[in-house]
Amino acid sequence: MITTSLSMGRVARLTVLSLGALIFLAPYIFMISTAGKAQSEIFSSSLSLIPQQWSYIENFSKALSRVSMSTLFINGVIVCALIFVVQVVVAIPCAYAMAKLRFQAARTMMLLVMIGLLVPIHATALPLYVAFDRLSVLNSYLALVAPFSISVFAIFLFLQFFRAIPDDLIQAARLDGMSEAGIVVRVVVPNAWPAITAFAIFSVVAHWNDLFWPLIVVTNQDYATPPLGLLYFRAAEAGDDYGALMAATLIITLPLVTAFLLAQKRFVEGITMTGLKG
Amino acid sequence: MTVLSLRGIAKSYGGNTILKSITFEAEAGEFIALVGPSGCGKSTLLRIVAGLDHADHGDIAIAGRDVSRVPAADRNIAMVFQSYALYPHLTAGQNIAVPLAMRRLTAMQRLPLLGSLLPGQRQICADIQRQVDEMASSLKIDHLLGRKPGQMSGGQRQRVALARAMVRRPSVFLMDEPLSNLDANLRVHARGEIVDLHRRAGVPTLYVTHDQSEALSMADRVAVMIGGNLLQLADPREIYDNPAHIEVARFLGQPKINVLETRMDASGVVRFGGLVLAGENRSAAETPVMVGVRPEFVRVRADNGGMLRARVERMEFLGSEVIVHTRLDAIGGAVTIKSTPSEAASLSTGMPVGVDVTPERVMLFGRDGERLAAKPIGMMTVLETANG
Repeated sequence: MITTSLSMGRVARLTVLSLGALIFLAPYIFMISTAGKAQSEIFSSSLSLIPQQWSYIENFSKALSRVSMSTLFINGVIVCALIFVVQVVVAIPCAYAMAKLRFQAARTMMLLVMIGLLVPIHATALPLYVAFDRLSVLNSYLALVAPFSISVFAIFLFLQFFRAIPDDLIQAARLDGMSEAGIVVRVVVPNAWPAITAFAIFSVVAHWNDLFWPLIVVTNQDYATPPLGLLYFRAAEAGDDYGALMAATLIITLPLVTAFLLAQKRFVEGITMTGLKG
Repeated sequence: MTVLSLRGIAKSYGGNTILKSITFEAEAGEFIALVGPSGCGKSTLLRIVAGLDHADHGDIAIAGRDVSRVPAADRNIAMVFQSYALYPHLTAGQNIAVPLAMRRLTAMQRLPLLGSLLPGQRQICADIQRQVDEMASSLKIDHLLGRKPGQMSGGQRQRVALARAMVRRPSVFLMDEPLSNLDANLRVHARGEIVDLHRRAGVPTLYVTHDQSEALSMADRVAVMIGGNLLQLADPREIYDNPAHIEVARFLGQPKINVLETRMDASGVVRFGGLVLAGENRSAAETPVMVGVRPEFVRVRADNGGMLRARVERMEFLGSEVIVHTRLDAIGGAVTIKSTPSEAASLSTGMPVGVDVTPERVMLFGRDGERLAAKPIGMMTVLETANG
């Protein structure tokens, strides 16, 4: 009896979850389907998921040839990597100091971090744009990376994590002859990998998919990040060619999807960890 | 020779005074236990000696050199922490090697790949490895060198922490409750090992503990700290038999010392039941005083004799001894007596008994808790009738 009622509950749960998953996946599935359809079929009145005529090769070759996919990818990787590295290099010493050192400005800094968490990028976008324009650094990696170099979210995340590192460990390191910088590099970072991984997921996903900021500071296609490239693709190159557009989108989302499928467990760990701590 | 000297160390945190002018010296090869209830400032004092915290006032000298302003790393002090504080990402061997590597290798030589290309680095590393191995075999932890702290038991971690502290031959050795995370059996065993190790290394050691039996059994001298004051520093026998302050007397000894309040007359004579003590009264007026006597110097008598009349309240059988809790008829004060099972066999709860004390072992304390000189000048048996 118990097993049947349990399995009944299980069936109900799975049904609800599957339905939810289907709703969330629907746009992506539709995108995959459209990427394989010819132009005439996309605009036909009948709607089918499976293309009547497979034109994946045609659409993909169009997507790859019309815009420089490699430039987009390289830009995406460079920008995401730079942002992530600078964020970590800035945030880890900062969070360490706030978590483990006693100094006058600690409370003020905590307050600033909290305020920083509340201010969205959209509020500061305009002044930053004007400043970059005056410095004539628009259309550069600098303009894409600089506004994100100090991540208050990273500071907050690492701060919570470092507070859990026992004080004794830090003091033992001091007695062993390490400098504060030495402690960060040799003791804190090797023990902070879970936090760094979790933050890497957030940072890379956010900046790989970011359209808002690149759209503001980049007009030169040489510096376009993948989402911006898609925009150009639609506006300038493809016209109404949705098949090729969907193929291009598929290519651009592929790295994150693959990364997610390969490191699914890590993703979930990262999100639950920040959920518990933050 | 004085190796470590502290002069007038004071510390307060945000208005709370933690330490009030602590002064003492440690001789070469001495083992001093700092003991006191939690919150008495003993760990803070240890951290100040280590250089992990700074005193508001006072000086610290190691081997004659004033180190009050010297950072922790340059004091050549080793410390074993209560939590052992081993680096979780390094193996036991690497943990032990850290203090040596930090001192002997330059920053360049410590770089992961580049370092091994630099001249001399290989030689120093081999040397460090040899020292780590020696240390490990003297502590019998050779087989653990490849394991990480997470894969070791509490006792094994404690040994690795000891090895890490000893390996660099410090001039002063500090231990902050190193045994409190071990289970009871292992703790008694580890006591002996630490004393042994201390004797072999000959490094002066400050050992913080809240466990009086650890302090009394291990140390050459015991420093009792209460409420930020160093109340007494003496060898274990002296501090137990001759406490300088009532708090010291109360803190040491299991079961606790019996303390009864009474009065001293203007001429300095204290009468307590049948016991008469001669002290010195500086105020030349009747003053309240406290009489203290340890449970092992009180005897319970089933007959009607003895200096005091009491009633048995409760008995605790502990195998080799029986703790008899009694209450005095006359003033209602509680008296704990350490008795033998054969003596206690005839006793029962609620029974009226006589209580005798060893007069030479009775201590007199002033109202402020300071020890007063007192001499027994007479004792008499209080008759049942006299007691009412």
